[in-house]
Amino acid sequence: MDFQLLIAIFPQVLLDGLILGFMYALIALGYTMVYGVLEFINFAHSEIFVVGAFVGVEILLMLKATGGLEVLSPFLILLLLLLAGMAVSGLLAVTVERVAYRPLRGTPRLIPLISAVGVSFFLQDAIRLVESIWRNAFNLVYPTMDQLNHRFTLTETIDISVKSIVVIAVALLMLWGLHLLVNRTKLGKAIRAVAEDQATASLMGINVNRMISLTFLIGGAMGGAAGVLFGVQYSLINPYTGFIPGLKAFTAAVLGGIGNIPGAMVGGLVLGLLEAFAASYMSLLTGGAFGAEYKDIFAFSVLILILIFRPKGLLGEVVRERA
Amino acid sequence: MSWRTIPAALLNRPLPAAVTVSAVIALSSYSVAHFPRSILVFLLFQASILLLYFARIGPWLKGALAVLTLGILMPVLGTINGYYLEVAIQVGIFVALALGLNIVVGLAGLLDLGYVAFFAVGAYTWAIFGSPQANKFISEAVLKFPLAPEWFFAFLVAGVIMGAVTGILLGLPVLRLRGDYLAIVTLGFGEVIRVLANNLDKPINFTNGPKGITPIQRPPLFFQPLLNALGIDAPATALYPLYLYFLVLLIVGVVTLVNRRLEDSHIGRAWEAIREDEVAAQAMGVPLVRLKLMAFACGASFAGVVGVLFSAKQVFINPESFTFLESIGVLAMIILGGMGSIPGAILGATAVTVLNLQVLKGLSLWLNELRNAGVTILGYNLADLPTQLEPAKYERMIFGAILVLMVILRPQGIIPSRRRTRELGEK
Repeated sequence: MDFQLLIAIFPQVLLDGLILGFMYALIALGYTMVYGVLEFINFAHSEIFVVGAFVGVEILLMLKATGGLEVLSPFLILLLLLLAGMAVSGLLAVTVERVAYRPLRGTPRLIPLISAVGVSFFLQDAIRLVESIWRNAFNLVYPTMDQLNHRFTLTETIDISVKSIVVIAVALLMLWGLHLLVNRTKLGKAIRAVAEDQATASLMGINVNRMISLTFLIGGAMGGAAGVLFGVQYSLINPYTGFIPGLKAFTAAVLGGIGNIPGAMVGGLVLGLLEAFAASYMSLLTGGAFGAEYKDIFAFSVLILILIFRPKGLLGEVVRERA
Repeated sequence: MSWRTIPAALLNRPLPAAVTVSAVIALSSYSVAHFPRSILVFLLFQASILLLYFARIGPWLKGALAVLTLGILMPVLGTINGYYLEVAIQVGIFVALALGLNIVVGLAGLLDLGYVAFFAVGAYTWAIFGSPQANKFISEAVLKFPLAPEWFFAFLVAGVIMGAVTGILLGLPVLRLRGDYLAIVTLGFGEVIRVLANNLDKPINFTNGPKGITPIQRPPLFFQPLLNALGIDAPATALYPLYLYFLVLLIVGVVTLVNRRLEDSHIGRAWEAIREDEVAAQAMGVPLVRLKLMAFACGASFAGVVGVLFSAKQVFINPESFTFLESIGVLAMIILGGMGSIPGAILGATAVTVLNLQVLKGLSLWLNELRNAGVTILGYNLADLPTQLEPAKYERMIFGAILVLMVILRPQGIIPSRRRTRELGEK
């Protein structure tokens, strides 16, 4: 075993893990917020995330076609992408809730979950259909922006690109904003009240349906932002890209304690780091017998282990089971 | 009164019903024989079987007609157009899968999103030992693979056992979880099995990775000497589809029977009690974990045995046959048909499989023809239709829409289970 190499790549792996972790954290928030309010796994959230990524790539391709990509500042473009992605994904999440989940409120737990699986499948092919007709291709690549791809060399083995810094900064900003919104504003208080007890909240004059829509809007917007960042960071997207990150993000949400907002952030980071280390070190440690392709198995094993030994997650679950 | 009056008048009294059903069966099979390429006519033939199920005629006559259509007419039509037999075999495989999942989801109420994993386990069990693949990790000096075709029947049993064992292995750690966690863990498990099948070609080559395993032994033609003695000299290529069809029919029959018996046993009732209210069931003395494990094992063992059959039928399998899409497809079948309902699962599986294999492909072909012909409708030239618009490529969209529409509009499914109808009626 090559310890020199193990140590040398450590900071790079740490950095990759952090980026992945923040991505998971942003997606996991969508799962955890909806679970906190409705106690239901919004399986279609991974497609909400992909829609954000597609909105981003469409805007970039249009800018590229009109020549705007060279003229405008990349940071301005990024801001535009994020806002557009958040708006579309957020509204889509609200629409999905109205059409496919609201009519099912009060039915046994599994029924809305099945509906959510259906929505997820429907959206995957709907994106594919639209993109196939519109661009005649559904595997799309984010056009490169040179200024974002610039890399700072820190040492011989470690470098960091501008876009990685941007991804981390945006994710941190959004998580902080969400924290303020949920814990410091009246709206946030109302959301928390609905999560605690819907009937009592409505007696206190809170419009429960509106708060649920708002939860989907916020969760969806976070997912959309994550989608744009995912596209900027990893470039290649297709309508089915969301499945695995969605599953991982859900794992992250469970890891941190589902329904718990700080938990989703912690869970995302832990899972991202674990995965990055597994991907780079597994093959080194086992002498090449098991490579990076087992990182997904690793993530699911973590999920199963947590559920067995700590079913309430690392930070504990906020919502209790309905009596 | 309504549109129901005429069919009701024809189907509800024994004599008109018997005459109508026989006439429809005769007419449709005659048309299939005459227009072997027409999908619509074959759909009519399938509809006649459905009509037979709904008709109120004596059990003996019904049974005789069922044997006639499934046992004689279908194979005969299958020799006229080989693809129909292929469709019928696929339908049978999915019916058996749907019945297995129906136990887990429909009766016990445990949402399993990785059901296809058990199917994969069964398929790989026979694929590895029924092909030269096993020699890649067992020395030829010990045993020369593939095993003889006769072993296929032993492996049907092995498929049941392997399915049940994996079902229990997965069930043990996760069954104490709440419903929706269970769904995600089973989903993860399904992915794990697929990733394993995809990557276990190194360090030791078990599954041959993404390249898949081929050639896999077909079931033995043990009756060929008998046919030769009778003076029938049919080549093996012509015999296999018919043989597989009857084998599938047999397995579907057994699986249906087991399902029927389980449903009305104390085990089936306990499962339904768990589905309706876990706490109440436990209070009534239902051992939760043991019964849930049993449901998992039963469902998984059905999938295992069908998997063995599937790999023998396909001759070639690779991990692509066992994706999440398949699990959702089977789930869509039982939701469409009616959760917990045996006729519902059969109907749902048939409808979805026929939709995929025939209707969507037919629509794609039809659109292509329209495009090539360049017909103009309302000033729009159909040659301008986007070439990407092929219904066969968008099965996820259709499964998704089926799932959402069914749970919202008709949660009990097309043929609801009797007990469920009563429950919903009381509210």
